[in-house]
Amino acid sequence: MNLNATLIAQLVVFFILVVFTMKFVWPPIVKALDERAKKVADGLAAADKAKADLAHAEKKVVEEMRKARESAGDVRTSAEKQASTLIDEARAEAGRIIAAAREAAEGEAATAAQRAKEALRDQIAILALAGAEKILRKEVDAKAHAELLANLKQELQ
Amino acid sequence: MATAGHAPTSSEYIVHHLTQLNTSGHAQESVIDWSILNIDTLFYSVLIGAISLYFLWRAASKATSGVPGRFQSAVEILVEMVADQAKGIVHSAESRKFVAPLALTVFVWIFLMNAMDLLPVDLLPRIGEMFGIPYMRVVATADLNGALGMSIGVLLVCIYYNIKIKGAKGWIHELFTAPFGNHPLLYPVNFIMQMIEFLAKTISHGMRLFGNMYAGELVFMLIALLGGTATVMGFVGHVVAGTVWAIFHILIITLQAFIFMMLALVYIGQAHESH
Repeated sequence: MNLNATLIAQLVVFFILVVFTMKFVWPPIVKALDERAKKVADGLAAADKAKADLAHAEKKVVEEMRKARESAGDVRTSAEKQASTLIDEARAEAGRIIAAAREAAEGEAATAAQRAKEALRDQIAILALAGAEKILRKEVDAKAHAELLANLKQELQ
Repeated sequence: MATAGHAPTSSEYIVHHLTQLNTSGHAQESVIDWSILNIDTLFYSVLIGAISLYFLWRAASKATSGVPGRFQSAVEILVEMVADQAKGIVHSAESRKFVAPLALTVFVWIFLMNAMDLLPVDLLPRIGEMFGIPYMRVVATADLNGALGMSIGVLLVCIYYNIKIKGAKGWIHELFTAPFGNHPLLYPVNFIMQMIEFLAKTISHGMRLFGNMYAGELVFMLIALLGGTATVMGFVGHVVAGTVWAIFHILIITLQAFIFMMLALVYIGQAHESH
């Protein structure tokens, strides 16, 4: 363990190595490390943002679904209402038509009955007259008893 | 080592392995001799520094902010660890542009220099001998010059930041007024305390690394001596102890590199704070 000029030489070598490291080794590595740290930080931030966006989109989807369901419900309710209205209207219309038809039929039937009655009455009158005429041929003067016959006919009507 | 005729004794073996290959051609005799350079320490520290920087540079030049490969990830983990430590200790972002790369360099470089300890102790020296290189120590941090050279480098950075942050006047003022207070009678005491502090910091910084690696290397040599006895017991002892110590040493080399880096950061961080 002797001291000699090696010490000085080692000192010089020491500084040469340090300066080399300072100029050519340290800066690029530290730069790469810092850049990577920044990239990672950016990546994490982007991932967070994407997550937030996704959550937002999901919320929006749920909202849209809710709205769609609601409007579908509305449509169905109004359709049902309209359908029941239509049915009610149709029912009322049908009722009206049936009533009118019945009325018309009843009127016609009444008229027909009346007409039949009248025809029947006429024929009875004629038959009665004819019978009376046969019975009373000789005794009754058609002319003299015309008024009587007309009255009878009147009564029969 | 192998002087013709007889195998080296244990003591000769150890002394040989602890002798640096230097420019004087023989073992350094005086404790301090500024005319001598340790060729092996310089060779291995520069080589390992170049290799570690080459790999770091390759990772850096290919670094992308996209999906990283395994190699890039490994370097990034290292860089991030160092950057975190630097951020916690040195609060000036401007200073960190220099200090954090310094810490990274120190950690990787020292770790790899320490890792040379894990190679078999005789492998590289023996190969060197084949090419006529008489001595070779492969662990540059187990040379006091290597460890102290780096810790003095850290000291110079500390002084630079002391002056930069506090201004030359402010720093000199601090040298004389801290830690005991601003009073003319206390000036010399303060100054001596400050000098001792700087000296103790720097020497303990370098010595801690050197001591750990030197001791670790020595233990590997002692274990190698066991195997060198060429007996069954020695062989088993070498295998068992060598394995255990090498595994334990993985912890030590990492820990020492980390401690050196952390202390460098702490000392530089202290240079930023006013007393």
